[in-house]
Amino acid sequence: MGHRILIVEDSPTMRQLLVFALRRLKEVEIVEAQDGMDGLRKVSSDHYDLALIDINMPVMDGLKLISLIRGDEALKEIPIVVITTEGANEDRDRALKLGADEYLCKPIQANQVLSVVKDLLKAE
Amino acid sequence: MSEQDARISSRVEDFLALFNKGAEFTRELLKENERLRSRLAAVTDRQESAARHPEDWDKLRHELMSRIADLEEECTTVRERLDQVELENSQFAQRYVEVEEENNNLANLYVSSYQLHSTLDLDEVIRIITEIVINLVGAEVFAVYLIDGERSELTPVACEGMELSAFPKAKLGVGVLGKAVASNEATCWDTQRSEDLSQPIVCVPLVVQNRPIGAIAVYGLLAQKDGFSALDHELFNMLGGHAATAIFAAKLYSQSERKLNTIQGFIDLLTK
Repeated sequence: MGHRILIVEDSPTMRQLLVFALRRLKEVEIVEAQDGMDGLRKVSSDHYDLALIDINMPVMDGLKLISLIRGDEALKEIPIVVITTEGANEDRDRALKLGADEYLCKPIQANQVLSVVKDLLKAE
Repeated sequence: MSEQDARISSRVEDFLALFNKGAEFTRELLKENERLRSRLAAVTDRQESAARHPEDWDKLRHELMSRIADLEEECTTVRERLDQVELENSQFAQRYVEVEEENNNLANLYVSSYQLHSTLDLDEVIRIITEIVINLVGAEVFAVYLIDGERSELTPVACEGMELSAFPKAKLGVGVLGKAVASNEATCWDTQRSEDLSQPIVCVPLVVQNRPIGAIAVYGLLAQKDGFSALDHELFNMLGGHAATAIFAAKLYSQSERKLNTIQGFIDLLTK
């Protein structure tokens, strides 16, 4: 059975790059959201096995989105990977405290994302 | 039949089954014993024969030594083959890592150039350049400059990390940025940050047909980035050509749109 992954990222360049990387996984369906609010709408209306979330986004930032997902009984189990330019330890700690499972700093390598996603999905 | 008789009958059947199993096992043991006896007898015969006839003993010894030598040779060959396979394996693993890295770099370059040429809107092109420099290069403080054609001056049009007004204009051929753009050569210093805005750590001239149209100047990298990789240099090269072409095309498109609107206005005036 395939996995559904949600990418919440305001940069189209980053979204395309992440889609490129994730397409190497077997049987994966990728859905894109362009900001936190769009991400919340999508994650609430369908089932996802994992979400990749940027921090700095317009309308609703990634940290707010993570706290809303973790506060929702139906969504709180979704593994979350943060992909951000914010490399400071306090930013990492804040995201992990809110419930992110992994924290990756940009610029990222495709195989780094793949490895983290595979671990969380326990996929090939 | 009483309950007691039934119990006795069941126990008898159990005992018979156990006894049959025991008998079968004993038969197998006897057979194995017989086989071993005949094997022992054969070995004893051969040893006695060898003991009686020294030439047989020598022959046996020679056979065994030859067999040992063959086995040792085979073992050496197998070990050599194993070493060779291990070496090949590690070379393949190394090659795999290199191909992965190459693949990753190509994906970055493809996505960047795809995005740059996905629009003919100048603001959108500048926004995409900014995105690439932040997300793919990992720059924290930088500015995108365009050349003001009449004054031959580099003017910042987009930036990150500071206010746009903080970035100084630069004359072509003057200062680090001006000289880099005038010479059409990208320059990169191996440092992470420059507090002096007249001394960028990276200057990437944006060039179309050997004519500079602007530049990207980087002044600081993200905290988690400790230097420039081969991919960063590839991205700078790509931006130098593709970002320039995208800006040039967007400007031409906007000019042609304006002209088209003016002409359309004249036609409307004449015909209405």
